[in-house]
Amino acid sequence: MANIPTQVRKSLERHGLSDEQLKTIFRTMLLQRQLDNRGFQLNRQGKVPFALGSEGHEALQAGAAMAFNRGKDILAPYYRDLGLSIGIGLTPYEIMLSIFARAADHNGGRQFPNHYSSKRAGLMSFSSILAAHIPHAVGAAYALKYRKESGRAVLVTFGDGTTSEGEWHESMNFAAVHKLPIVFLCENNQWAISTPLSLQMGQPNIYKRAEGYGMPGEQFDGFDPLATYDAVSRAMERARNGGGPTLLEGVCYRFLAHSTDDNDLTYRTREDVSERRKDDPVPRFENLLVESGVMTGEQVAAMKQDVLYETNEATDKAEAMPFPIADDLYKHIYEGAWEPWQ
Amino acid sequence: MAVATSSSQVLNNVEAVRATLYEALKNDDKVVILGEDVGNRGNVFLITKDFVKEFGTERIIDTPIAEASIVGIAVGMAMEGLRPIAEIQFADFIYPSFNQIVGEAAKTRYRSNGEYTCPMVIRTPYGGGVRGALSHSVSVEALFYHVPGLKIVVPSFPADVKGLLNAAIDDPDPVLFLEHKKTYRLIKGEVPDGHYVIPIGKADVKKEGSQLTVVSYGLYVHWALEAANQLESEGMSVEVIDLRSVRPMDRTAILQSVRKTRKLLIIHEDNKFGGIGAEISAMVAEEALFDLDAPIRRLAAPDVPAMGYAMPLEEAYMSSPAEMADAMREMVKF
Repeated sequence: MANIPTQVRKSLERHGLSDEQLKTIFRTMLLQRQLDNRGFQLNRQGKVPFALGSEGHEALQAGAAMAFNRGKDILAPYYRDLGLSIGIGLTPYEIMLSIFARAADHNGGRQFPNHYSSKRAGLMSFSSILAAHIPHAVGAAYALKYRKESGRAVLVTFGDGTTSEGEWHESMNFAAVHKLPIVFLCENNQWAISTPLSLQMGQPNIYKRAEGYGMPGEQFDGFDPLATYDAVSRAMERARNGGGPTLLEGVCYRFLAHSTDDNDLTYRTREDVSERRKDDPVPRFENLLVESGVMTGEQVAAMKQDVLYETNEATDKAEAMPFPIADDLYKHIYEGAWEPWQ
Repeated sequence: MAVATSSSQVLNNVEAVRATLYEALKNDDKVVILGEDVGNRGNVFLITKDFVKEFGTERIIDTPIAEASIVGIAVGMAMEGLRPIAEIQFADFIYPSFNQIVGEAAKTRYRSNGEYTCPMVIRTPYGGGVRGALSHSVSVEALFYHVPGLKIVVPSFPADVKGLLNAAIDDPDPVLFLEHKKTYRLIKGEVPDGHYVIPIGKADVKKEGSQLTVVSYGLYVHWALEAANQLESEGMSVEVIDLRSVRPMDRTAILQSVRKTRKLLIIHEDNKFGGIGAEISAMVAEEALFDLDAPIRRLAAPDVPAMGYAMPLEEAYMSSPAEMADAMREMVKF
């Protein structure tokens, strides 16, 4: 059930983006899909216990990443944001360290894959608890406003499932009251693991809730990276300039099961998915770039080769790194050494 | 009776919290206070009265009634460099924020391998004896003291309140700061002027004695002292230790005292099963069983959901100074 029909664009609407930026978006999409699939492959090979997929979110995440100002903005993502995370500066090697749970991972191999954190990239640490990170993003936005740091904003992302949580509502409300520099970006893939949108909410257009909070809301085709870029960049720019929060809803689809531990055939059919795959955002954007002359077929092929090479290299390099050691379990509980009995 | 001197003043616990918060706001503009009715209302106990006039609505933030996000927003502020002091109006209202405290604040440093930290204080009034019924009188410390990553402080003397609140605000990790509401105006004491810190995790011997060690915290320290003084007049010598912090806890002080008196009575207002006393009992049994001359005893609330509103139900739940004195006598005579 798509809320808005996905429309294959016949002509390229650049929204001010250069050829190089368009290629960067496309490359991020290719890299996300390659890394994403690599996680599942490694799981099926028995090399990693778990992987989370994000296929179908590529356009949304690469487009949003292009609207993020590196070194200034803050990202509070959720666990399906592999593409967004590489789009704002995490490297494929860092992604693979997370997948392999190696000691050199930002989290020291403590968290599930895709639960990144990076001060360097401005990516806030988060847990698997849905919506728990939304008030954190709001608190960070409050800090930006409190310090009068105009020109900076927080981008917080979440799936449709998260919008049912109380903390999501509380956070939207607080951000609107204080006109905080934050953009709430819903990656509506229409599934909360096995629960379809129709069982999650009576009003399937999530963006319409914005009016109830007193902030602008906008829905866009999440299979279109340029529509995403357009909506996110306008909202981020408004947030950076004191215009307050926005609720955005990008409509996409989750092509893979929730995770490597989920069997999605228990709640949907192969045909359901293959029907949506006809709109797959990756080939769709590829065709648009080639047809509009931004890239040649040869350049696309070379880029795909390059992305595969980079993924292989990152995989091999991360796999060769050591695991954390048992003593690492006792580090970073508090500042300094720790004993509950003093 | 506490007496003000040139370098100290006599404050009650409300005034001690208030004075300490005021200094923190004055000294560090990273400090902000957020909670329900902390602004114009000045907190329901008037702890933050008039703060908003001096420090403004950006630092004294009246939040919507939404406890999960009060704590959650404070977590985000702390991760982004502020020093938030979140207030939960009554400890009974802390449950909606349980995940933000246990799953988020306590684990931010750990899950990011030290890259992100969460220096914040969650202040909340707790405890009974004020006709607070089921939802304005609970003790919540045992629900949280199981959680690595948190620190939990429960001071009940004004000077301790100031020193430990300063320590909590300075602390690089999240601290749950529990204030017994019956002690708010009941307990007065001398509070040194100027900035000082009492280390979190240090107990304090409030009364020295030789025949029995009583370990307690919160309102009950005061009642235990009353009972111990009664026993003193009967010729019995009881030592009273105020834990002040329940996570971490002061093993050294407890063992030192128990090895001297050879008897241990733990008194707390929270119910007995799985309470703070259980952990202390286990620790002493592990470390000093053969130094004991009597079985360890716990005097704590019965295993019922809460104290009731009706006076007999509140009294039946709480231990009185007379009951404490009885338990002490039995232990001394054992």
